[in-house]
Amino acid sequence: MTRSALALPARRRLSTSTALAVLALLLALAVIAALATGPVPLSPGRVLAAIAGDAPLRDVAIVQALRLPRTLAAAVIGAVLGVGGAVMQGMFRNPLADPGLLGVSAGGAMGAVATIVLGAALLPEWSRPHAGAAAAFAGALSVTLLVQRLATVEGRVLIGAMLLAGIVFNALAGAVTSAMIFAADDMQLRDILFWTMGSVAGATHAKLVLVAAASLPLLLAAPLLCRALNALILGEREALTLGIPVERVKRLAVVLVALAVGASVAAAGMIAFVGIVAPHLCRLARGADHRFVLPASALVGATLLVAADTAARTVLAPAELPIGLVTSLIGGPFFLALLLRQRLAVDGS
Amino acid sequence: MIEARGLRVARGGRVLLAVAELSLAQGAVTGVVGPNGAGKSTLTRVLAGELRPDTGTVRLGELPVAAIPPAELARRRAVLPQSTMLGFPLTAEDVVRLGRTPHAGAASAAEDEAAIAAAMEEAGVIHLASRMMATLSGGEAQRVQLARVLAQLSGPDPATTALFLDEPTSSLDLAHAHAILRAASRRAVQGATVLAVLHDLSLAAAWCDRVLVLEGGTIVADGAPHAVLDEALVSRVWGISVRRLEGGSARDIAFLAA
Repeated sequence: MTRSALALPARRRLSTSTALAVLALLLALAVIAALATGPVPLSPGRVLAAIAGDAPLRDVAIVQALRLPRTLAAAVIGAVLGVGGAVMQGMFRNPLADPGLLGVSAGGAMGAVATIVLGAALLPEWSRPHAGAAAAFAGALSVTLLVQRLATVEGRVLIGAMLLAGIVFNALAGAVTSAMIFAADDMQLRDILFWTMGSVAGATHAKLVLVAAASLPLLLAAPLLCRALNALILGEREALTLGIPVERVKRLAVVLVALAVGASVAAAGMIAFVGIVAPHLCRLARGADHRFVLPASALVGATLLVAADTAARTVLAPAELPIGLVTSLIGGPFFLALLLRQRLAVDGS
Repeated sequence: MIEARGLRVARGGRVLLAVAELSLAQGAVTGVVGPNGAGKSTLTRVLAGELRPDTGTVRLGELPVAAIPPAELARRRAVLPQSTMLGFPLTAEDVVRLGRTPHAGAASAAEDEAAIAAAMEEAGVIHLASRMMATLSGGEAQRVQLARVLAQLSGPDPATTALFLDEPTSSLDLAHAHAILRAASRRAVQGATVLAVLHDLSLAAAWCDRVLVLEGGTIVADGAPHAVLDEALVSRVWGISVRRLEGGSARDIAFLAA
C-alpha cells in the first residue's frame, strides 16, 4: 500500500514540505512584486538591492520606509486570517465557517467605530489614535468570548448554538456600528470607512508587533491543533474516542483565533473572504490534512492579501481602494466559481 | 475485562441509566438490546468512558476509566458509532489512518503502516483504499470505519482492549451487517472485550455470547441469547406480541410479529 498523508490520491505528487516551499516562493514573489509596484516603479533587482540597503537613497526610502511596512502588515494579517479561517472551519467541520461568524470582525469594528464617534467627546486627544485599535481588540475578544459562553452548556461547546449566537451578535454589533455611522460627522465617516472596509495603509511597527504577538499562541498551538482538527473531520464523538480532549480543544481554538484575528482587526479593520478562500484553495489542491492546510493557509492568505493590497493602492492611483473592498470584489466571484466547479464535478461523476 | 458498579445517569429528573453491577468478560461478545430510549447508548457511552456517570465507576482492566489518560484509553478502547458524517472529503485510507491518532509518538511509522494495512485487510476494504468516502455505499463506509477502529486498537495485547459498537449495523444490508459482527467476533476470539448495541435480535442471537436486555435504563434480563430472548420477554419489553422461530442451532432464532 502506498504511503499517503490524508490527501487526494491523484494529487500525491508533491510532498507536504515541497508544496509548502512552492507556496512560500509564491509569497516571496508577491512581496517583491508589491515592493516593486507603485508611483515609482522599480525593477525586482532594484527592490532586492534596496532591501539590502545597497541602492540609491531614494530607492531605499521608497522600499524600506514606504512599501515594506504595509506589505509586511498585509502578509502577517493575511496569514493570520488564513490560519484563523482554517482552524474555525476545522472546528466547525464546515468549509464556510470563518472567524467573522463568531463575531470577531463585527465586534472589532463595533469597538473601533464606537471609539471614533464617542471618543471625540469622551477621550483626550492624545489617546485617540491608540484607542481605536485597543477598542477593536477588546470588542473582538469580548464578543467572541460572549458568543462562546452563550453556546456552552454543561461544559460542552455546542457548535450549532455557537453559530446562532455568532449570527445574533454579528447583527447586534452591526446595528451598533450602523447607529454610530448615523451619528458620525463627515470626518469621522472617513475613519469609520477604514475599520469597516479594512486597510493596511496605516501599518506601523507597533501594530505589526501587536498582531505578531497576539498570533504567537495560535502559532505555538498549531501542531496540537492539527492532530485534533484531523480527528474532528470524523466527528466530535469519534475525535473524543480517539483520545482528543474535544471540549478543551474547542475552547482553546476559539480563544486563540479570537486573539490573533482580533489583533488583525485592530490593526487593519474588517477584511473579508481571505479566511474562507485561502483554506479552501489549500484543501482543493491537496486535501483536508490540517498538517498541510494550516501552514498552507497562512502562506496563501499572506499572498492573497499582499496581492490585494498592491491592487488596492495601484488600480485607482493616486486614490486608494479599501483592501476589504478588493478582497470582496475578487474573492466573492472567485469563491462562487470554486463552488460551481465543485458542484459540477459532483454532478458529473 | 470491564467492570461497572453503581452506575446512575439522570437528566432533567429522568433516570436514563441505573445499573448496580455489571461485568463484561474478555474474549466474549456481549449484545445490548432493548427498545428505543431504553438507555442502550447511554450504557455504551458510560462503559466506554465517553460519558461520566452521575455516580458509579467503570474499570477497564484494573484501572478506573476516568483515571486513564485520554490517549492511553484510546489505544485500548475504540468505539464504532452508527454512522459518521465527515466534515471534509477524505479517502477510505485517510479515515483508517486517523485511527492511529492516539498512537502518535507511541508507535513507529512502520507499526502504523502495518496496523493500517492489517485492519483494512481484516475489514475487507483494501480495494477501497483510494476511494473518496462520499462515493462509498453505507455498508462500505461502515466497514472502512470498522477498519479505523481495528487500526486504533492495534498494538497493545488484544486481551487488554475493548471494542464498543453502538448500533453499528442499523442502516446496513444483511451481508454488511454480518461482516461487521464477524470481524468484531474475531476480535473477541483474540481476547478483546466486545460490546455491541443491536436492534436486530436475530443478529444478536447469531453473534453474541451474552445479551443484556435494557428497559427504562435498567438491565431486565441477562444471559445467553436463546435462553433470554423468549417470546414472553420480548413481547413484554418491546410492547408487541411476537412469535419466536427457531432454526437448526441455538444461535439461529428469529421473531415475527404475531
